[in-house]
Amino acid sequence: MAQVRLEKVSKSYGKLETVHGIDLEIAHNEFVVLVGPSGCGKSTTLRMIAGLEEITGGTISIGDRVVNDLPPRARNISMVFQSYALYPHMTVRDNLGFGLKIANMPETEIKTRVDEAAEILGLGPYMDRLPANLSGGQRQRVAMGRAIVRNPDVFLFDEPLSNLDAKLRGQMRVEIKKLHQRVQTTVIYVTHDQVEAMTLADRIVIMRDGNIEQIGTPSEVFEHPVNVFVAGFIGSPPMNLLDASVTGDKAVLDDGVEVPLPAGCNVREGQQIVLGFRPESFAPKGHSLHGDAGALTLRRVVAIAEPLGTETILYVSLGGMDVQGKMLNPRVVHPGEELDFTLDLTRLHVFDKAFGRSVRA
Amino acid sequence: MATDVQVLQRPTLSEGITAFFRSPRAVPYLLLMPAMIVILAVVLVPLLVSFWTSFTSYNLTRPDTLYNFVGLRNYQRLLGNDEFWWAFGRTFLFVTITLNVEMMLGLGLALLVNKITYGQRALRTIMMFPMMFSPILVGFQFKYIFNDSIGLVNNALFDLGLITQPIPWLVDGTLANFSIMFAEVWMSTSIFAILLLAGLMALPKEPIEAAKVDGCNPWQVFRHITLPFLMPFVYIAMTIRSLDVARAYDMIRIMTNGGPAGRTELIWTLMTRTGYQNSQMGAANAMGYVSIILSIVFTFYFYRKLTAARTFMGGAQ
Repeated sequence: MAQVRLEKVSKSYGKLETVHGIDLEIAHNEFVVLVGPSGCGKSTTLRMIAGLEEITGGTISIGDRVVNDLPPRARNISMVFQSYALYPHMTVRDNLGFGLKIANMPETEIKTRVDEAAEILGLGPYMDRLPANLSGGQRQRVAMGRAIVRNPDVFLFDEPLSNLDAKLRGQMRVEIKKLHQRVQTTVIYVTHDQVEAMTLADRIVIMRDGNIEQIGTPSEVFEHPVNVFVAGFIGSPPMNLLDASVTGDKAVLDDGVEVPLPAGCNVREGQQIVLGFRPESFAPKGHSLHGDAGALTLRRVVAIAEPLGTETILYVSLGGMDVQGKMLNPRVVHPGEELDFTLDLTRLHVFDKAFGRSVRA
Repeated sequence: MATDVQVLQRPTLSEGITAFFRSPRAVPYLLLMPAMIVILAVVLVPLLVSFWTSFTSYNLTRPDTLYNFVGLRNYQRLLGNDEFWWAFGRTFLFVTITLNVEMMLGLGLALLVNKITYGQRALRTIMMFPMMFSPILVGFQFKYIFNDSIGLVNNALFDLGLITQPIPWLVDGTLANFSIMFAEVWMSTSIFAILLLAGLMALPKEPIEAAKVDGCNPWQVFRHITLPFLMPFVYIAMTIRSLDVARAYDMIRIMTNGGPAGRTELIWTLMTRTGYQNSQMGAANAMGYVSIILSIVFTFYFYRKLTAARTFMGGAQ
């Protein structure tokens, strides 16, 4: 059993604090993804868990042990690095078995475990090659193999897919997911790619500027973002966020369009708010995801159409901004065409402008 | 059916050469020409002349002996010359010991300096100070330091009460060899340190972190990751330094001049004595060509090691 617990963990470089006392509890066998823009402290947090960075404040425990002052080798963790970090002078087999050799495991046992990992990851044909003679995807597999042979309490992944091309990234994502199902272990995975976060995670931790903005399952953070930052970060294409002010039970956009607010919003007359809706909730009539019932109809001119096959992304002007709508079962749309768009009012997100917090009930 | 048969005439040699130099194929040769001429004048001609003299009884005081061909006589005499083979063996030992000591000390120094986060630049510069001195001056300095009556070492040992009799650092055969090696190590350890420090600074961070996570303690990280990565740098340094140390002359000339009784005679001091003091230039050149073997052996050995060590390091990132 290896749950990981972070309590008030902070990290400073001299006077500069980069992680500001974060709390996080990760259950045994859970797949947790730390996601955020670069410089948000997610990699630093991971490296503190690994023991590669010293912890300035707070405590980190793995299982029942506080590991603050333990060197990485005493924490029983495995880590996959962004640059793979293979040992260039060792063959694939030696790379995989290195950790076990260091642990003085008998040769036969090492061979069994290494072969097993090679089998899982399809590395069999490459066992005697040097890392220099492998492709990016193969090196990534070796790095993962090196992590799994050691049977660690916790897997740490530091942006493992960001050096791969888009197609390979998709494949490896699936393999990591399969791997987690097969090797039941706690996983902490760092990425800046919200698609990876959404597809892999049991729970997502969204970080910004050294703070945790929201922790939740993929659907929680997608459906109920707690603030404007999370709303804008999660989802592709991103959520449309428009400034508005409250008049009665309506929000008035900058271009005068009135949008009825959902019931139970904690707003007062005249308050400046940010109105958010996902492209999925804004589509030409008859092409929306959730049907047109209870929707606001707006006639708009299409500025740009991006056909993606099963859907077309349409750019129109609303509230003085370019907003994106997603047209399902698309027909050919030409720029300049005027269409009736429906805005799904039940899926509106409302944030206060001053603090960016969600004010929807 | 009248056909025009064109008779191709074979061009003459001079025509051929002219045509060649006007064709685009000549460009690389023309561009290389200045370099080739310089190499011919500076390296090849002296090399050939000295090689020729090693087959003559050339004596500096009698220039006409330059044309007195004696075949392999110089080489035959060398084979039976104990003095030469002692110098040869001593040089081999001198190179081997100093190189290894310099390597170990240089590696230690580089590892320590690499750990320093503040003032590293200043320290790197200070480290190079010994290299800035002329070997002659280093020789004089150590001649004074190791002098048995007024030298620094003996005086210090006396004052500390560690000795009652002066130690004959430069007079005893074994101690004299130790003394010249000490001076050589003092002067050149920093070259290793600088080269290895360059290697350490180029060391990628991730494999080391991966090894730490993989369960390595600091010694194991050094042994399995850092050292293999450094080996190409070690061999480059070894190759350069082996050639450098094997031609040691100036410092030894000053400190012991091959003495006492030829106990610190190395190839170059012996060759100089034979060639310039005894004027037997032919014999001295023969010694030179035999001792080239030593340099070739060292260079060949380190170069092979270098190539082997480098095959691992080809772009694993």
